[in-house]
Amino acid sequence: MSVRTAIVRRAIDVAALLAEVHDTANGATVVFLGHVREVNDGRAVTGIEYSAYGEMAERELASIAGECASAFGIAHLAIEHRLGTIALGEASIAIIVAHPHRAAAYEASRFVIEEVKRRLPIWKREGYVDGSSEWVNASGVPQQRTAREHQS
Amino acid sequence: MTVTALLFASYAEALGSDRVELACAESATVGEVVAQLRALPGGAALPAAPLVAVNLTYARTDQRVASGDEIAIIPPVAGG
Repeated sequence: MSVRTAIVRRAIDVAALLAEVHDTANGATVVFLGHVREVNDGRAVTGIEYSAYGEMAERELASIAGECASAFGIAHLAIEHRLGTIALGEASIAIIVAHPHRAAAYEASRFVIEEVKRRLPIWKREGYVDGSSEWVNASGVPQQRTAREHQS
Repeated sequence: MTVTALLFASYAEALGSDRVELACAESATVGEVVAQLRALPGGAALPAAPLVAVNLTYARTDQRVASGDEIAIIPPVAGG
């Protein structure tokens, strides 16, 4: 059994995570990486600053991993979420799930990312090429634009 | 009694602080703590019923708070 989660402030080492979950009992390993995209909502992005309620984020991430392990029979799982300023193309989250069979591995991977999006107390401030920045909500829309749309 | 409110991201910017000590009534609820925060300068940026965690666990609006509780007001989360 190898289930580990971490909130980190350094680059995510995917090869190390793969090695961590490797076990000859498994026939399938699913790797999910979330990374910083160059355009969001029509604006050119330079990077994203991730911040968190650290202590709670660690607890919630561990809970999500535990729920995943019991719901999908996963014995090998590694999840890291990175904080701080993350440049274009770099990973903000890695979810590595291994299981004897692919169906459970895919389902478990999807479960983890959806729960992370729903409840992990982490926020992102997107920086744009014009030097401005905005807080972004879970649907990926800058909050000031959301506010304008609610007013109109 | 006194509780500690924690603010994050856009809420911390709106209130100009990430931590506020609040004196509140005995048997105050989460909702009443939120109402006190919304009455502070910049507090209008908080919704009437935001996500709230008490001592690291998500809580309901009608949950009672106790002296020394850490009450985190959670903006829309955007992890991943």
